[in-house]
Amino acid sequence: MTTDKAAVKSHAINMESLGRNRSEQSIHDEDITLSVDNLDLYYGEKQALFDVNMVIPRKKVTAFIGPSGCGKSTLLRCFNRMNDLVDTCRVDGGISLDGSNIYDKRVDVATLRRRVGMVFQKPNPFPKSIYENVAYGLRIQGINKKRVLDEVVERSLRGAALWDEVKDRLHDNALGMSGGQQQRLVIARTIAVEPEVLLLDEPASALDPISTLKIEELIYELKDKYTIVIVTHNMQQAARVSDYTAFMYIGKLIEFDNTDVLFTNPTNKQTEDYITGRYG
Amino acid sequence: MRLYREHWPQRVWLIINIHQTLAAAAGGGGGWGNVCGCWGGGGEMGQVGASGSDDAGSVWTAFEERIARASEIHEKITKIEKKEIGSINYQFEKLRLKERGLALDPELDLSRRQAIETDIALSRAELDIQYKALQGQLADLYTQWNRDSFTIETSSGEIREQRMATVVKAYRPNAMHLGQKIVFYVQKFGEFLTEEPREANTEGGIFPAIFGTVIMVLIMSVLVTPFGVVAAVYLREYAKQGLMTRIVRIAVNNLAGVPSIVYGVFGLGFFIYFLGAEMDKALFAEALPAPTFGTPGLLWASVTLALLTLPVVIVATEEGLARIPRNLREGSLALGATKAETLWRVVLPMASPAMMTGLILAVARAAGEVAPLMLVGVVKLAPSLPVDGNFPYFHLDQKFMHLGFHIYDVGFQSPNVEAARPLVYATALLLVVIIALLNLSAVALRNHLREKYKSLEM
Repeated sequence: MTTDKAAVKSHAINMESLGRNRSEQSIHDEDITLSVDNLDLYYGEKQALFDVNMVIPRKKVTAFIGPSGCGKSTLLRCFNRMNDLVDTCRVDGGISLDGSNIYDKRVDVATLRRRVGMVFQKPNPFPKSIYENVAYGLRIQGINKKRVLDEVVERSLRGAALWDEVKDRLHDNALGMSGGQQQRLVIARTIAVEPEVLLLDEPASALDPISTLKIEELIYELKDKYTIVIVTHNMQQAARVSDYTAFMYIGKLIEFDNTDVLFTNPTNKQTEDYITGRYG
Repeated sequence: MRLYREHWPQRVWLIINIHQTLAAAAGGGGGWGNVCGCWGGGGEMGQVGASGSDDAGSVWTAFEERIARASEIHEKITKIEKKEIGSINYQFEKLRLKERGLALDPELDLSRRQAIETDIALSRAELDIQYKALQGQLADLYTQWNRDSFTIETSSGEIREQRMATVVKAYRPNAMHLGQKIVFYVQKFGEFLTEEPREANTEGGIFPAIFGTVIMVLIMSVLVTPFGVVAAVYLREYAKQGLMTRIVRIAVNNLAGVPSIVYGVFGLGFFIYFLGAEMDKALFAEALPAPTFGTPGLLWASVTLALLTLPVVIVATEEGLARIPRNLREGSLALGATKAETLWRVVLPMASPAMMTGLILAVARAAGEVAPLMLVGVVKLAPSLPVDGNFPYFHLDQKFMHLGFHIYDVGFQSPNVEAARPLVYATALLLVVIIALLNLSAVALRNHLREKYKSLEM
């Protein structure tokens, strides 16, 4: 097993080689939304992330892959400071969103989370009507005008490719929908507040193949407007939807590259082993 | 009498129910309760019997008419005495307090003081006039009321003259057919539910006790719910989990095990003698030395019971909060909601069925509690309901009646325990029914909320 230093080095080499050799677009040409600098994360005594350095390009889909427990969800949850909810969690290093550190003391977490929306593994609609679910984020911002809400609800549901299915039952309880619909509702709810970044934490892992396909199509469409970061266990999914892919292993970022490059010509032995199914 | 009997082919038995205080007021013979006997044919009714009407039915009808008339007049008298004169007395008392407040306030300048004094004198004169007028009306009504009389031959063979005014109810059980009996039964039941008790609680209804019980439980619910919920939310969501919260939780659970009479003693010592006395000094100084809140009353009884049931609500709410799935909270937080907004909009509505469960248990316990109430506000006979037409309409300082205590009082403290026994059973049944109803409505509300806020994996 390589040490983390070696991993970082190989990563760096890989990044350089990208710029020189590849005809595909490289990460250096991209407009950067999020950048992670020397991020260490501890749950109590246990360290969960080791010196992670990476950048997330704007209006592209970045996928995190890796075996269970490798820290991809933990890293994702750093982007909107969801880890703050865990009492014992401690973060060293920094993440900046559009150049400003989100772990700064002066940052209002609620505002940050409005800019960085998140969709979870399990669909978690509130036990309210479909309409109220989508309007929730706006109501929290104090927007209660019916006209504005109606408009945003329709636009968001259309954006999440759900409008045609639910337009006649907007005021039914959201829990009566199917799992795939619920997950798209959660996406609609998230894009209703117009975030810059959309974090998707294994959004399709609890869904059937058809719903999964719909979510993937949706991700493809949403890419035009949002920076998307997706965590997935499914490598085919990562290959299908993402522009960039990061491979993580036991808390370390092993390789981060253009998706085509990473899947066809990985630099790192561990990455190759993982994507060819030899471990993980 | 003999002549009268000829009009009555058979001896018609009747039972009349005589009112003690009315008997005294109308100057009739002493004694109260049921009298069983036949027509005596004397008194004013005797003339009706003699003057040509020849069948039993029409005499009975005439008798009933007179009773109806007497009770109608009596109703008017009660209305004047209780409502109108009561309200005038209330205003007199207010004026007295205002005058006393004036005496207690040395700061006030002379002209202002005089203005207020003239004001008081004027209102008092006006009230006096109203009072005199009502007195005149009352005297009139009393003479009308006392007009009729009749005689009755009791089962022991004695002939008594009785004022019509003293009769609460007269009926002929032997002459009733089944339908009439049922109607009579239902009427009696209605009276039991809606009328005030008479004759040291052994006759009449139990309405004030029902009212007192329900209103006390409602006030208690209004007090205990916010306190219990806030305490549970703090313990579960905001407090740093550690030794301190453990101690608080143990204390709360112990509180649930304290015997209820101890709460009564605490309520008397802390709420009434300390808080109430301080409130009186600060807010009702002009009424002193007569206490306003420094004496047992509805408010303190409700507060004491709220304290008694607080642990139940806290524990149930905490459990409800713990059951809300974590991913729903995260969903709300991820949309940019603060912790408080998440609590208010997602967590608390979803925990509301659990809160209702706590409240149901609290109500069930509070409604049946008697021991602490005897110390903090329940009396065997309250002169008026705690809600009436006099501003501020809702008198939290008044003493009140309670079904549980009523059972004890009627069953063990009444002058005629044997006669009161059916009343004890009926009241006990009613208490159970009321608690069941309060519970059922809360259960229905909880189920409705559960249906509304059910989540995928709860």
